[in-house]
Amino acid sequence: MAEVQAKDSGGGGKNKQKKQTLRVDFTPMVDMNMLLITFFMMATTLLKPQTMDLNMPSKDKPQDGQENKVQDTDAVTLLLGADNQLFFYEGMLKTENYEDLEFLKSSEYGADGIRQLLLNRNREAYSQIQDLKEQLKNLDITQEEFNEKSVSIQKELMKAHKVPTIMIKATEQSTYKNLVDALDEMLITNIGAYAIVDITDGDRYLLFKKTDNAEYLTEAQRAEAAGV
Amino acid sequence: MGKIKVKKQNTFIDMTAMSDVTVLLLTFFMMTSTFLAKEPIQVTTPSSVSEFTIPETNKLTMLVDPSGKIFMTIDNQRNMGETLKRVGQDYGISFTDIEVDKFKQLAAFGVPIADMKAFLALSMEEQDKYLKENMGTDRAGIPTKGKEILNETTGETTVDNEFKHWIRHAAAVNEELNLGDLLLAIKADQTTPYPVIQTVLDNLRELRKNRYLLITSLKTASNQ
Repeated sequence: MAEVQAKDSGGGGKNKQKKQTLRVDFTPMVDMNMLLITFFMMATTLLKPQTMDLNMPSKDKPQDGQENKVQDTDAVTLLLGADNQLFFYEGMLKTENYEDLEFLKSSEYGADGIRQLLLNRNREAYSQIQDLKEQLKNLDITQEEFNEKSVSIQKELMKAHKVPTIMIKATEQSTYKNLVDALDEMLITNIGAYAIVDITDGDRYLLFKKTDNAEYLTEAQRAEAAGV
Repeated sequence: MGKIKVKKQNTFIDMTAMSDVTVLLLTFFMMTSTFLAKEPIQVTTPSSVSEFTIPETNKLTMLVDPSGKIFMTIDNQRNMGETLKRVGQDYGISFTDIEVDKFKQLAAFGVPIADMKAFLALSMEEQDKYLKENMGTDRAGIPTKGKEILNETTGETTVDNEFKHWIRHAAAVNEELNLGDLLLAIKADQTTPYPVIQTVLDNLRELRKNRYLLITSLKTASNQ
């Protein structure tokens, strides 16, 4: 391959033609290339990082009548506690719930924990959107059509109160990982309506009651609890 | 005794084909790869099942470490220079062209604007050293503390800090350069306590920026 048959052009004609083989040794070249390949493999990222889209509600005060009111029965509140603990309650928090230890239930992240409840509450939207995802996978519909259809499904079911609205409230003791895990569950269970909401004093009190951990309380609440 | 004739064999292996293959591989790696950006803080992102890959251009990434230090990267160098000038202007600091050029070379920036001039005068190694030494102090990371401003009409207080100035100007510059909307990506360590994240989100929301990309790593099927 890398041989060149060099012919002596010779002038005299009578001279014996010297046949020479020019063979180029490619071994060093291969060595160098291998080194370069190794370098590029080590120094680069082939995989682009994944991202998760997050939309936060606007901070502007909604005008009268434009507020989104969540129906009592649709609401599910997730409380992200310390040490990767997860708590939730269904419905709205009312005064009579404060002393009810069963109102706030403890759960965990992942398939065996909160996902069962979410899937159960969201099963209609889940199955419909899962169908759509299947169609998208088989290229029966385009990405745009998928987005459009899934939004309309969510809207329709929301009107019929068949999908839950999830409020994610993180305590000061929870970590970023907990937040992402909670958002992840929303993605897995195809929940359309969820928001990250600031924790309220009532939620803090519930957590304190449940876990007996005074860290959940605010300064004022702690002082009050100590006074009593 | 007959002499055993040893046949002399040429053991020359032709490496040309091998060379061809390696060159092809090399070309492939050079074309497809993007270099790892050097980041001042090591961040382990949490994993999620989300499969959207991050857009390559037009984004501002906020690096957040567990202690609440914030660094930023803007992937457009023209934007970077202009943003620096404007933020400097807000705080009464003007930067020379040399300083702006040096700023554009930074992979990620994160020092208070008052220290920026001194920071840019350092060499690359000295900058690394500076960041390492000041990691525990207020002299590294973009400050999120500032003076409070009372809004007369709503009665709410908002904080005026350097972080907001950076974001606001970067977004404005991006629009003026006709690059479209600047995407805000948050790359935080998975052990970051929630209050740190909340500060970042609250600041962004006060700027009416309500859409973010949370950078995560892909969760494999086994640990789902």
